[in-house]
Amino acid sequence: MNATASRIELAKKGHWKPLPFISDQRLRWGLNIAVLVYLLLVYFSVEVNWGRVAEGMERGLNFIASFASPDFISRTDEIFLGIRESLTMTFTSTVIGVILSVPIGLGAARNIAPLPVYLFCRTLIALSRTFQEIIIAIFFVAMVGFGPLAGVITLAFATIGFMAKLLAEDIEDSRADQMEAVRSTGASWLQWINYAVQPQVMPRLIGLSLYRLDINFRESAVIGIVGAGGIGATLNTSINRYDYDTSAAILLIIIAVVLASEYFSGYVRKWVQ
Amino acid sequence: MPLTTADNQYRWQRRERKQQLAIWAGWFVGILLFLICWKVISDNTIWEFLEDAGVQGLSLVNRMIPPDWSITGSLMGPLWDTLNIATVGTALGVAIAFPLAFLAARNTSPHPLMRGLALTVIVSSRSINALIWAMLLVTIVGPGVFAGIIAIALRSIGFIGKLLYEAIEEINSEPVEAITASGAANTQVLAWSVWPQILPAFVGTAVYRWDINIRESTVLGLVGAGGIGLQMNAAINNLAWGQVATVFVLIFATVVVSEWLSARIRRSVS
Repeated sequence: MNATASRIELAKKGHWKPLPFISDQRLRWGLNIAVLVYLLLVYFSVEVNWGRVAEGMERGLNFIASFASPDFISRTDEIFLGIRESLTMTFTSTVIGVILSVPIGLGAARNIAPLPVYLFCRTLIALSRTFQEIIIAIFFVAMVGFGPLAGVITLAFATIGFMAKLLAEDIEDSRADQMEAVRSTGASWLQWINYAVQPQVMPRLIGLSLYRLDINFRESAVIGIVGAGGIGATLNTSINRYDYDTSAAILLIIIAVVLASEYFSGYVRKWVQ
Repeated sequence: MPLTTADNQYRWQRRERKQQLAIWAGWFVGILLFLICWKVISDNTIWEFLEDAGVQGLSLVNRMIPPDWSITGSLMGPLWDTLNIATVGTALGVAIAFPLAFLAARNTSPHPLMRGLALTVIVSSRSINALIWAMLLVTIVGPGVFAGIIAIALRSIGFIGKLLYEAIEEINSEPVEAITASGAANTQVLAWSVWPQILPAFVGTAVYRWDINIRESTVLGLVGAGGIGLQMNAAINNLAWGQVATVFVLIFATVVVSEWLSARIRRSVS
């Protein structure tokens, strides 16, 4: 109260200042000092070979210039097969992942699942979410061999972590009185889930699935680096050979597909709601 | 109407016939598409490899346990590099995305042409994974932490730019009008009416992206862009799965801590 009064006094004299974003003064200054110390540490520990950077500038300009002359022709077969594989992997893995994430999401919602099931599902979600797709891909490639199947399993596993977590949070946030009402009619467990929970979370589930489709396509373009199928291997080769015209063509296709899927999912989301 | 009479009895249906047919057609096309996609994948898979997948997986896990803790000390340097890649990369991304978001938001953009250009930059940056940026940058600026930082920054521009320009488009227009009515210049309007409104979203977005970037930067080393991924790659190439397990444990711990920190900060600003 006192602080407010003194602010008003100061404002009357023409010394008004906006309220600080972090109100605790000690925390504010502590953060400022921490940031400064960190920047100094970074300055002394990150080594940049500026000579090498300057040398590479020409190549960088070449790369940017290659977007003006993308080469779709000389590697058409590889690009077509890679993109087809990426697209099929994306769709299959999203479908499998979403289907599997429903039971796991139900198990990870505290207001539905008993504690042991809850802990098991939450551990699975944490494992899937912590590791980047590439790491998971390395593991599955070692297990089932090179090829798109490893990619599908990887993306499906990553989808489970993403979808199940958001689904579980959505179920935990949904209205308890509707669940109680359906339960009090003597509904069985399945009927309860079907009539009390599902209608509340369905629109968001569809929206998230479409969003995940988008993410899976973008990821499918990189897991090829470790041998899990898709356009990634072709892209990696073209970059390593400095064949920037082909790289630019592949990147343009990726951008176009992402744009198209974003447009499509916006349309579907409007239709669902 | 979904209500029909047949034999003097009311029959109620949830949907109209047309709607129901459309839904069935949708399911049909979806399942057909799934089966076709599965066929393509199945044709490109060597199913013989799958016979011993369980054995392979188990032996992999067996070789990972127990983790080889002796290399933990030598992993601290690379882990520090990974944190730097994520943090400096995010800071750089924020610095570039900030003006871009104002150019891309419908209500603050100076010209529709500028808006189109800013949106194109945002979409291109977002469509391309940090690992692809890293592959490119390693060939351009050479392997090392610097390539990783730039890769993370380039990927973050799109993410932060998108969320930020959406936040700017959603601001309340009354404070903007009030400040404009007082005779403020354009920059003053931005500083005193737009900026305070988007500040929480700005901090939240930046911190959220930082926590995603920690996860992404752990693998950049696979293509030579510095950090703990380099050690992971070396261990995998040597088939030293005990060391790989140690790297995994360290990554897991780092990601969990950063996620917790990011969630806390986001809760306190929103």
